[in-house]
Amino acid sequence: MASKVIQAFYNDDDVLMHAVKKVKAAKHHIEEVYCPFPVHGLDKAMGLAPTRIAITSFLYGCVGLTVAIVMMNFIMIKDWPQDIGGKPSFSYIENMPAFVPIMFELTVFFAAHLMVITFYLRSRLWPFKKAENPDVRTTDDHFVMEIEIHNNERELTDLLTGTGAVEINISEKNSH
Amino acid sequence: MYTFSNRLKIGSIILMAIGLLGIIGGFVMAPGTVEEAKAIVASHDDGHGGGHDAAASHDSGMEHGAAAEHDASHDEHLLSQLKNRPWAALYVAAFFFMMIALGVLAFYAIQRAAQAGWSPLLFRVMEGITAYLVPGGIIVFVILVLSVLHMNHLFIWMDPEVVAHDELLQGKSGYLNPTFFLIRAVIFLGGWIAYREYSRRLSLKQDESNDNSSFKLNFRISAAFLVFYLISESIMSWDWIMSVEPHWFSTLFGWYIFASMFVSGITVIAMVTIYLKSKGLLPDVNDSHIHDLAKFMFGISIFWTYLWFSQFMLIWYSNIPEEVTYYVTRIEDYNLPFFGMVAMNFLFPVLLLMNSDYKRINWFVVLTGIVILAGHYMDIFNAIMPSTVGNQWFIGIPEIGAILFFAGFFIFWVFRALTTAPLQPKRNPFIEESRHFHY
Repeated sequence: MASKVIQAFYNDDDVLMHAVKKVKAAKHHIEEVYCPFPVHGLDKAMGLAPTRIAITSFLYGCVGLTVAIVMMNFIMIKDWPQDIGGKPSFSYIENMPAFVPIMFELTVFFAAHLMVITFYLRSRLWPFKKAENPDVRTTDDHFVMEIEIHNNERELTDLLTGTGAVEINISEKNSH
Repeated sequence: MYTFSNRLKIGSIILMAIGLLGIIGGFVMAPGTVEEAKAIVASHDDGHGGGHDAAASHDSGMEHGAAAEHDASHDEHLLSQLKNRPWAALYVAAFFFMMIALGVLAFYAIQRAAQAGWSPLLFRVMEGITAYLVPGGIIVFVILVLSVLHMNHLFIWMDPEVVAHDELLQGKSGYLNPTFFLIRAVIFLGGWIAYREYSRRLSLKQDESNDNSSFKLNFRISAAFLVFYLISESIMSWDWIMSVEPHWFSTLFGWYIFASMFVSGITVIAMVTIYLKSKGLLPDVNDSHIHDLAKFMFGISIFWTYLWFSQFMLIWYSNIPEEVTYYVTRIEDYNLPFFGMVAMNFLFPVLLLMNSDYKRINWFVVLTGIVILAGHYMDIFNAIMPSTVGNQWFIGIPEIGAILFFAGFFIFWVFRALTTAPLQPKRNPFIEESRHFHY
């Protein structure tokens, strides 16, 4: 499905922030904002929901800890409880200090890597992905705010011109 | 300006009075003779009985004379442990509260040396807490002097008769001798107190001046103090804590004690700040400041655990007899306090303060802070008690009395110090940044 969007270009992050607040106040839905670098407070101004990636990371860490405990309990205590240098392999708790470094590292490993993979999946990033930026300048020194048009082209153009946009384009866009 | 509220003042005086009664009670109840010591143990100890039976059957194999001698030396040992108990209780509590003030002083010096932009709003709170270092440090010093004067047996290496029969202690006497010990204590306390007083004066002077020279000088002496502090703190921990167990040694002990005092200090900063904020006295302190302090509490709690575990695991793993006795006595006689402390100092803060939102909820920070402080009291308890009272430990009247007394004294002194200057610095170059600090 093709739809028309209006793209307002800005060349300063402060101007962009004010523009976002103005557009929000006028009750328009901002489709997307493209920035060359993170702009502090932009997510808040756009009213985006907070990320839950830290929560997933905590859960992945719990998985990693469980994997470490189950693995070492089976290998060192259940399967073949050898006497290695006099260490007490009678129960997991008796030999636990020796397992802590591995428990710790696997917790961190799972928490970090699975969280990164989650991030890639949720933000649709992979090696041969086609870049999505609407204008090459957005990776260098321009900011673009994109708003969908619903037969209100005039009104939107006027509003965005008033916010200090340096350029306004209207383009067809294929929604994914 | 802050005025010491009457309720808090009376509360702290009541704490001191009750605590003093407890301390005196502890000394009165301590046995004077072997017979009294035996009576105390017999009256409230069932679990220990098994050990006695085993010892008795073991004795029967010996010649009669040797057995009697063995019994007598056992009783002497028991008596000295029970005599130590009120002293050790007093020492643990005195050291614990002094350590909080010293931890805050280190945090304060770091904030100055790092030119942190968020914390200048809290400098007066920190300066108020470090005021306790002067009386608190002197009390600890007095206890050390009393030990040197043989009023107690906290440090067995101070007993010439013990040293005469102990080659290991003779070998260490170049370092562990009473004169040098007290000289070191004077140098450390003198250095800490001198920095505290000078930095405080410069901090107040900066408020009234029209240039930044006091601020810059304060920056430089804070950096210099940190060098002195790290060396003196390490040696202090060998002297005042590790030497109660003079046959044992550990290389990272100084860091371990540092982590304990640092996290307790930060916790107390957070709690005092939240208290003053709740009274409306720190209007510019916002949730982000509390959030930062809570992050420090969280991070340093993990750092403490890392050091605790590193020390424990290395010794457990290699299991060398001359090192491992330290942990053997703790695991056998202090099982619950020893491992309970790890739960209080690690699991509790990690699970409660991991969530970013919880770090901004004041009562949550206070609740976690109380557990952290209790946990670090237990940390010092576990460091001192096994070497001084052994398996005769208990958290009873002498221990609680000493905690209440020093808690009351700490509150009294800190809040009295807070009344002596405005709670918000005026001309600190970073004060604007600190007022607008937002995380």
